[in-house]
Amino acid sequence: MEKQIKKVDLIFGKVDYLDILEKSLKRTRDELILDVIDSGLRGRGGAGFPTGLKWKFAKNEEADQKYVICNADEGEPGTFKDREILTEVPEKVLAGMALCGYCIGATEGYIYLRGEYNFLIPSLNKAIEDFHKKLKELKLDFTIRICSGSGAYVCGEETALMESMEGKRGEPRNKPPFPTSQGYLGKPTSVNNVETLVFALMIGREGPTKFKEMGTFDSRGSKVFSVSGDTPNPGIYELELGMTLEQFVEEFGDGDTKAVQVGGASGFCVSRKEFKNTVIGFEGIPTGGSMMLFNSSRSMFNILNDYLEFFEEESCGQCSPCRVGCQQLLKGIEAVKKGIKPPKYLEELQKLSDTMRIASKCGLGQSVPNPFNSIVNNFREEIIY
Amino acid sequence: MTRIEELVKEQAEKHGRQRTSLMPILQAVVSSERYLSEDAMVAIANELDLSTADVYGTASFYTFLDTVPRGKYIIRVCKTITCHMKGKDEIIKTISDMLKIKLGETTNDRKFSLLQANCLGWCHKGPVMLINDEVYPEVTPEKVTEIIGKYLKKS
Repeated sequence: MEKQIKKVDLIFGKVDYLDILEKSLKRTRDELILDVIDSGLRGRGGAGFPTGLKWKFAKNEEADQKYVICNADEGEPGTFKDREILTEVPEKVLAGMALCGYCIGATEGYIYLRGEYNFLIPSLNKAIEDFHKKLKELKLDFTIRICSGSGAYVCGEETALMESMEGKRGEPRNKPPFPTSQGYLGKPTSVNNVETLVFALMIGREGPTKFKEMGTFDSRGSKVFSVSGDTPNPGIYELELGMTLEQFVEEFGDGDTKAVQVGGASGFCVSRKEFKNTVIGFEGIPTGGSMMLFNSSRSMFNILNDYLEFFEEESCGQCSPCRVGCQQLLKGIEAVKKGIKPPKYLEELQKLSDTMRIASKCGLGQSVPNPFNSIVNNFREEIIY
Repeated sequence: MTRIEELVKEQAEKHGRQRTSLMPILQAVVSSERYLSEDAMVAIANELDLSTADVYGTASFYTFLDTVPRGKYIIRVCKTITCHMKGKDEIIKTISDMLKIKLGETTNDRKFSLLQANCLGWCHKGPVMLINDEVYPEVTPEKVTEIIGKYLKKS
């Protein structure tokens, strides 16, 4: 008997977040961090770094000031869950930030909110104001402010995000040093996704065991999915991790699903024949939550073309492999489609995309090969004819 | 002191004169003037003691920090994948016909600019557009006609 998709309600359910905070503050920082490590929680923005370890690294640094940054620069095409979380349960996000602040020893937190979500600022400011009052009662020294982005996808990359907060062009930095040792203004900084912070808070309430019991060895717990495209039920769902794509498509497909883009434009395109063998999670294909379904009426050429246009515009231009690579891949598939270049030119382009993976400075250029190679390999004939 | 210099000074008093204040000041000027003129960027550079190249370099990096004149109402229609699949082209055509401007253009009275944007984060409710900071999900040509009609009546 195959496991059914299990719906979970950790993120959006209302909880007594002050009670969770109050109880957590009575425990030591090390105990709390150990719980987060033990839970197996990994970053929910897409990269999947173990959250507890990140907190531990930041805690272990000696500094006069440390920072917590909530990464709400949700720009990955197909992802919209952070907006919903910030709309529905902002207080849980703020409490998660305060918990992180307590654990790593930071007294200042920032929410980096993408400019496209500016309409959330009034309600968020109100929530922050209320939250600050509550923190006074708990006698926890922690203040939260909002930093607004201005429409740059690359600023979701944590070092670019901090550059932007510092008033500069949002160009990613070299790593190391990692943000946990030298982050915002050169101080130790923990940058966590909106959803991750809420899960950390919920682990503070439930303990690590309950969270760990869900999901698989590499992908513990549940995850909020953003479902869009050719589906009768687009929307936001919190699901236990570890399902196969076949199960997912059974639940959300329109009966004619030809491919699913897992992980947004920078993720992988999986074709129908692979649904059965593809696990959604870190052992299979990881996702920041974006799941876009395409039925057989869609042209995969148009889809790839859209992605490449997106990356070509959003590449920060700092390093050549990404700046030039994105342009050339886009030009290249158009040339093949028009017959200006022969079909075998696609192999040349794939070599270029492999170079981008190795030589690009940040995750943007490094992940363009994901959609490119997976679409070209699975739907070669649609790109050519 | 020109009007724009006064605006910049006022914002610098509010946000401070450190480098970290640059983004909020740029954003405030755009929100009031709809774009960053050369004069505005020079004023910001003077106020924050930065080079003008630095200010322009930062401003020109960000899509929402326009350095060319825009209308009072900036319409940004999401063009990324799912909104494309759900008919953003029709939405653009409808707006374009109503306002008699093409993509990237601004009406003569400087009231509207029509632009495309990369993913606005409403893929389950596409097509979607922003008018300044206001969001309009699940638009259709009919709905868009109504929405733009309302803005046309505004001053």
